[in-house]
Amino acid sequence: MSDLKTVGVIGAGSFGTALANLIAENYDVLIYARRQEAIDNINIKRENAKQAIHERIRATDDIREVTETCTLIFPTIPSAYFREVLLQMVPYLRPDHILIHGTKGFHINVSEEEKHEDIKELGRESIYTMSELIRKETIVVRVGCISGPNLASELSQHKPAGAVIASHFDEVIRLGRNALKSHRFQVYGSKDLTGVELAGSLKNIIALASGSLTALELGENARALLITKSLGEIIRIGRVLGGDVKTFLGLAGIGDIIATSSSTTSRNFTVGYRMGKGETLQQILDTSDEVAEGINTVEIIKLLADHYKVKVPIISTIYFTLFKGVPAAEGLRQLMKYPFDVDVDFLD
Amino acid sequence: MVEIQSIRAFLRPWTIDHRPFPKKAIISPHKYYEACPMQQPTDNKPIQLKGSLPPIIPDIEQWPIYKLSAKRYEFIQDVINSSTTQLNKAYPTKEALLDELARTVYAERIRLTDKPWKADPEDEKEYWAELKKRLVRINGMTEDPQKQEEEAREMLNSMISHYTNEIVGNFDPSIYEFASRALPFGFSRLLRSNLGLKFKEKLSQQFSTHNRFIYEGDLENIRKLAKTHTVIMVPTHITNLDSMVVGWAIHEMGLPAFIYGAGLNLFGIRILAYFIERLGAYKVDRRKKHPIYLETLKEYSTQALHDGVHSLFFPGGTRSRSGEVEKRLKLGLLGTAMDAQYLNYIKAEKEGNPEAAKKIIVVPVTVSYHFVLEAPGLIDEHLKATGKEQYLVENDRFSTSFKMLSFIWKFFTKSSKIYLSYAPCMDLFGNLVTPEGKSIDKRGEEIDIKKYFLSNGELKEDTQRNSEYVKLLGDVIVKKFHEYNVVFSSHMVAYVAFTMLRKRFRRHDLYDILRLPKEDRIIKYEDFRLAVERVRDRIFELEAEGKIKTPRHFRENGLDDLISHGIENVGLYHNARTVMRNKDGDITSEDMKLLLFYHNRLEGYQLAQYV
Repeated sequence: MSDLKTVGVIGAGSFGTALANLIAENYDVLIYARRQEAIDNINIKRENAKQAIHERIRATDDIREVTETCTLIFPTIPSAYFREVLLQMVPYLRPDHILIHGTKGFHINVSEEEKHEDIKELGRESIYTMSELIRKETIVVRVGCISGPNLASELSQHKPAGAVIASHFDEVIRLGRNALKSHRFQVYGSKDLTGVELAGSLKNIIALASGSLTALELGENARALLITKSLGEIIRIGRVLGGDVKTFLGLAGIGDIIATSSSTTSRNFTVGYRMGKGETLQQILDTSDEVAEGINTVEIIKLLADHYKVKVPIISTIYFTLFKGVPAAEGLRQLMKYPFDVDVDFLD
Repeated sequence: MVEIQSIRAFLRPWTIDHRPFPKKAIISPHKYYEACPMQQPTDNKPIQLKGSLPPIIPDIEQWPIYKLSAKRYEFIQDVINSSTTQLNKAYPTKEALLDELARTVYAERIRLTDKPWKADPEDEKEYWAELKKRLVRINGMTEDPQKQEEEAREMLNSMISHYTNEIVGNFDPSIYEFASRALPFGFSRLLRSNLGLKFKEKLSQQFSTHNRFIYEGDLENIRKLAKTHTVIMVPTHITNLDSMVVGWAIHEMGLPAFIYGAGLNLFGIRILAYFIERLGAYKVDRRKKHPIYLETLKEYSTQALHDGVHSLFFPGGTRSRSGEVEKRLKLGLLGTAMDAQYLNYIKAEKEGNPEAAKKIIVVPVTVSYHFVLEAPGLIDEHLKATGKEQYLVENDRFSTSFKMLSFIWKFFTKSSKIYLSYAPCMDLFGNLVTPEGKSIDKRGEEIDIKKYFLSNGELKEDTQRNSEYVKLLGDVIVKKFHEYNVVFSSHMVAYVAFTMLRKRFRRHDLYDILRLPKEDRIIKYEDFRLAVERVRDRIFELEAEGKIKTPRHFRENGLDDLISHGIENVGLYHNARTVMRNKDGDITSEDMKLLLFYHNRLEGYQLAQYV
């Protein structure tokens, strides 16, 4: 067994907190939080993000302390802030650090001028998965990612679950597994790091659509239709972006889709649900405090699909409902007219 | 509602693309740590040496390669021992070992009948016949399994010993000194009997390499690091001359000799063997692909690097058949550098002086030529391999000493410039290394790369981890090859001409393009000129971004002169003109395959859209 003493977690959101609770069954955990409120919640109230805090967890607002105490660190920061937090860590990161992130989103790398222009298309070189961002910005090479059907609320109730840790390094998978595994948590390994990151990010799109469908009360047949067909779409685009088809059929793909596309505790599902009830994106953003990664992902994937000429009618429809004011009901109606023909066409 | 209109338009059935969606994943762009930009040499002034630089270690007897040669037998024993340990670990059971021995003996005997080479020792056949008998005998010893295993392990050991003695190179300082003096004049002597005295005098001036080789890069840093650390030089590979060119450059830079894994087939050609001996070459037999041989070969390289001997690898493995700058590397020998680096840290720690561990320094080199003698054969092999053409196997153009000699003759007598472009020194993780041997990150802070080998704070061997590191190193080297590739006028005219024809006949496949009738190959000079201008300007932009390099003739010439320079030089001595102007002054080519070959040098820079 490894003689790691303390494992680090960066970010005290609901997933970060749930992850820390899992690790605390094997190691001491040092969790970094930006807000003093979260630190107090963890260190004093012993309850954060609606989860009780394991006794082996301690919170700090000193990111340096985390990087100096721990070699194994799990960053769980929303993609929008990932780079910012990473840059704070840069001065303290060493070549023997191991980073396993749990972020299901992308970083877009465009210049400051381009940001203000209307971007029509995006190439693969302009989007970074979180592991690619870590590789670009830091000297850390041993990088991995954790993904799978892990609704934080259920994890905190000690219900059984499983996840996949992906990395090019056996060592990273082994250490990640040692940190997380328990009688209620299974950990699988994968070498397809890009695929697992893509699957985790892309499934948020399906959760969004599924939420809208629920709000419109279209029934389970429609949901099955939607999930299956949009799975085909994310596999197509995922393959173009460098993922392996098999990965999408595992925990990080189908597994996560099943969990999030019918759960009201999923953030992306909730955003979709409210859209279905007629709220606009702005109204939703104004009234929710947690980040739904799916919103950005829809836009990014739409731009990528246009660039690589991959047909993704469902994702495009979601894009139009989110960003172009097309009502969800109208989008669905149009989609039903779309002449799909072959059922399964992504396995050859 | 406008939006609904647009979504309808999007979903209109006739907009459906019935093409199968892309099957191949797009190779994800290189995204790894970007090395510190401020450490890049800011000016890329080409360096034309007036003479060799002073040797960094004047006393040959102090050269690492000499020291290695001096303790040759000890070294051979080290290689045999460590290979035996590794292979015994790889075949822990008697059955696995016997299987592997049988496979090896079989493969070797097949090789001797199917692909015999001049360079094979005369008693090679008897040796393997003997081993076969020995194996049969061991297999028969079923009544004493312990003795059987002992005998099998001993047989493994003797095979490793056989291979090590075959691989091991020799370094003779007197031969080295003679050769380094003789090379510039050697040919005039060799040819004296046929030549008049006057011509000979003229020749000795022409045989100088000093005005032929142009260097770019921070040579001083390489010289400094070669004194205290271990350098691996990794050049691009397009012609059999590369080893000679790079080896000679090493001498001119005042570096001690490097060891170099030369193909065993080359030792069959006496004149070439003569040149590569000087480099302290060891022998690599590409016909042998079984683990016992490969492990021994790797162990040889690892131990030599661990001993501080500078090495030269061609990471592309073989010459680039297509003419492209290497996109994919053979990682085997690079892996030995990673192993040696690990051993260096272990050794330093054992000796209680962790700071003293030598660092392995990687220096990617891009070598650019206007003319590649083997181009016709290489491109044929490439097209054959990619299935575009059914050709008979071409003869190796260097199969005889005479051909080799006549090429070297052309090479040294005609003034065709060769650029050697050295990327900045880096460690095995792609970080820049300062002259003091410090690895630095992009903020200029020191990185302790030993920590890449740590698990829970301890040095720990992890083969899988190291092999991942080697893959990443391969990616970095490929990137450096492209960034430090010096684009010649000749490559550019070939690139533009071929791409223009390809665009004109966009419905044709490559095979059709290569067979275009002469009258279809003509490009109006004015059109060509405009396209060259756009591509040249784009190349300048890329250069400003640090993605490619241009030589002096590129920057100093006007557009028409640049085009003329390119046309004059591209594939200079082939029988057919690769690019030429016809009697109307328009651009055409006599050999489309050569055009493709020289064009390929600029593949991978997304220039086609500018043509």
